[in-house]
Amino acid sequence: MAKSFRGGVHPDDRKRYTAAKSIEVAPLPQKLIIPTRQHLGAPCAPIVKVGDLVKKGQVIAEAQAFVASPIHASTSGKVVEVAEYPHPVFGACQAVVIESDGKDEWAPGLPLSRDWQSLDVKELKEIVRLAGLVGMGGATFPTHVKMSPPPEKPIDSFILNGAECEPYLTADHRVMLEQTERIITGMKIAMKILGVSKGYVGIEKNKPDAIEIIRKACTGSAIEVVPLKTKYPQGAEKTLIKVILDREVPSGGLPMDVGTVVQNVGTMVAMADAVEKGIPLIERVATITGGAIAEPKNILLRVGATFAQAIELCGGFKEQPVKVIMGGPMMGMAQRTVEVPVIKGTSGILALSAADVNMGDEQPCIRCGRCIEACPMGLVPNMLSILGERGPFEVAVKEYNVLDCVECGSCVYVCPAKRNIVQYIKLCKAQNAAQAAAKK
Amino acid sequence: MSAEVKLDTGMFTVSASPHIRCDESISKIMWTVNTALAPAALFSIYQFGIGAFSTLALCIAVCVLTEYLIQKWQEKPITINDGSAFLTGLLLGMNIPPDVPWYMPIFGSVVAIGIAKHTMGGLGFNIFNPALIGRASLVASWPVLMTTWPKMDMPGKVDALTTATPLGILKMEGYAKLVEVFGDQATMYKAMFLGTHGGSMGETSAVLLILGGFYLIYRGYVNWQIPVVMISTVAVLTWIFGGLYNVSGSTGLLTGDPILSILSGGLILGAFFMATDMVTIPITVKGQIIFAAGAGALTVLIRLQGGYPEGVCYAILLMNSVTPLIDRAIKPVRFGKTV
Repeated sequence: MAKSFRGGVHPDDRKRYTAAKSIEVAPLPQKLIIPTRQHLGAPCAPIVKVGDLVKKGQVIAEAQAFVASPIHASTSGKVVEVAEYPHPVFGACQAVVIESDGKDEWAPGLPLSRDWQSLDVKELKEIVRLAGLVGMGGATFPTHVKMSPPPEKPIDSFILNGAECEPYLTADHRVMLEQTERIITGMKIAMKILGVSKGYVGIEKNKPDAIEIIRKACTGSAIEVVPLKTKYPQGAEKTLIKVILDREVPSGGLPMDVGTVVQNVGTMVAMADAVEKGIPLIERVATITGGAIAEPKNILLRVGATFAQAIELCGGFKEQPVKVIMGGPMMGMAQRTVEVPVIKGTSGILALSAADVNMGDEQPCIRCGRCIEACPMGLVPNMLSILGERGPFEVAVKEYNVLDCVECGSCVYVCPAKRNIVQYIKLCKAQNAAQAAAKK
Repeated sequence: MSAEVKLDTGMFTVSASPHIRCDESISKIMWTVNTALAPAALFSIYQFGIGAFSTLALCIAVCVLTEYLIQKWQEKPITINDGSAFLTGLLLGMNIPPDVPWYMPIFGSVVAIGIAKHTMGGLGFNIFNPALIGRASLVASWPVLMTTWPKMDMPGKVDALTTATPLGILKMEGYAKLVEVFGDQATMYKAMFLGTHGGSMGETSAVLLILGGFYLIYRGYVNWQIPVVMISTVAVLTWIFGGLYNVSGSTGLLTGDPILSILSGGLILGAFFMATDMVTIPITVKGQIIFAAGAGALTVLIRLQGGYPEGVCYAILLMNSVTPLIDRAIKPVRFGKTV
């Protein structure tokens, strides 16, 4: 029996378009737009100026806070602009624009060759920080912060999130199949940093080939592969931890509160590359798919390439997309334009056709209870949507625990009245934050 | 971008996640419930003839028309296609006798849609089940006509005589008389299960209503706990307290006839189609179980102690009124609360 959790939904996963497609390497773009903000936390400050020549892997923007992660040039060339550009998450953001010289030359000393086992925990943490690693599942939380739990929160296990529960996305799946050894190495490094002996890999059962290949690679190690029921949001940290360790992250808490750390597949590959080869995070695998894409693919893209270029590599659009999304259809961000750059958290680029999205006008709640059954956090989404629509917001916070919502979108997916429940919830949260700020 | 398809970047919809939805909709749910009721409705037309047809048709037409006129007047979007007004009409029609004067279905329908539904704000906002409010208004206004029914001599043939329903006979003349009307106990059960006896349209064919209810459970529109808990509460309490349902004049406890209590009156229609009306019942399964048990207990209380032979309608309406309280008290278990 595959393990599961209470609630959740099971949308048609639509992974068939790309699940069997090997990762293609994108050709080098002529121009790269590299935003100085690619993670949760404080933005970076650019340390290059127009006219500078940069090499691949060179730092171009420095982190100035602890919760921040430096940004590197993803190819060699000339800085032609440091200016505001469209950003897939923040709307607009300062970006360093590099015009490629076509040589794709590494910065001096890169790539190098290092034995990770000879490095101590402090050195490993510093490497992870300097390499600009962030959570590549889409949340983009700086990895070194996650890997530095305070001493009063002892960690006893490490979980690799191979669930990839979002429909359409197959990037993690392909990486697990094609870069198995890199993942396991990254995982062992992470376990060394955290000082844990027990590791788990959670993979949804709809990827039997990945379960098998990772299991084979882990034979004889302290890493266990846990097949998970195919159900959204299996890959949300809280539900994943519940399923694998049977521990519930407390309301308002973090995985470290229950003695564990969760990392994404792509992040582990980046960790292995950073530690063994000194390569910073400058490229990533993304799934480019959706009903409006001519030929869906999994592609290794440079950070700074535009969505338009990636879509071009997939034969362009075969019909007018209704929505273009960064990430999966359940939690991804809708885009206004395809002229936005790929960032470290770009796990997918979806161009959804009208048939894919199944929108429809919002109607009043008929109290069918489907959202309650679907909510993995045990909330009452229909009530939250009504409170978000008319207030009072304090009731949503105090009586209906709106702050526990992980915004997975399961409630909206199942709602027959097509209510934008998550949107109302975000409004409740924002109003609450504003009120809290006003009090201070 | 390929040559044939010109991208219009001004056309992207930007909205919050999630970006895909399931293919359920309110109208799909409502029309499915209508479909589930259809066999029992058609059977009652077969049983009672043109009177049943005109009563049902009038209820449905007036409900839909009332909704249309109110929405037009309030300049709201017209939602008569969503099937909910149609459903109210169908349910109301099945709750009244087939051969009532024409003004009764009209009055009941206008009350159901105009007062019970739209003074509350329309679909989703009504506290009480509109069809049941419609029925209650008719019982209050024309009590005699609402408790007199065409007498069935044989299936498909209606004569001019009228008679009391099985529950009416039970109330007035007792259990022995009721059995006598049917011949023997087994014949009585069979007639009630198949629906070959007199009663309001939806109270007759238990088997078709149960099949329709099972279909709704199968489709996931009804939680099985509601009809099961409501019906078994009625059966068990009737068995324990007996009262009118006591077999052969016995007066002791634990001698009531649970089978008669299940098959008679509007219990099956109420348990599968009224106590399951999403809008007016608690939203969690736990709350629905409390609701169903309460409706069952009130049904027995009204049947045994009340002035009316039937209690399902008022039992459900009374429980509708406590639904908001149940919803406040019974919330799902919050993730991470145990820690």
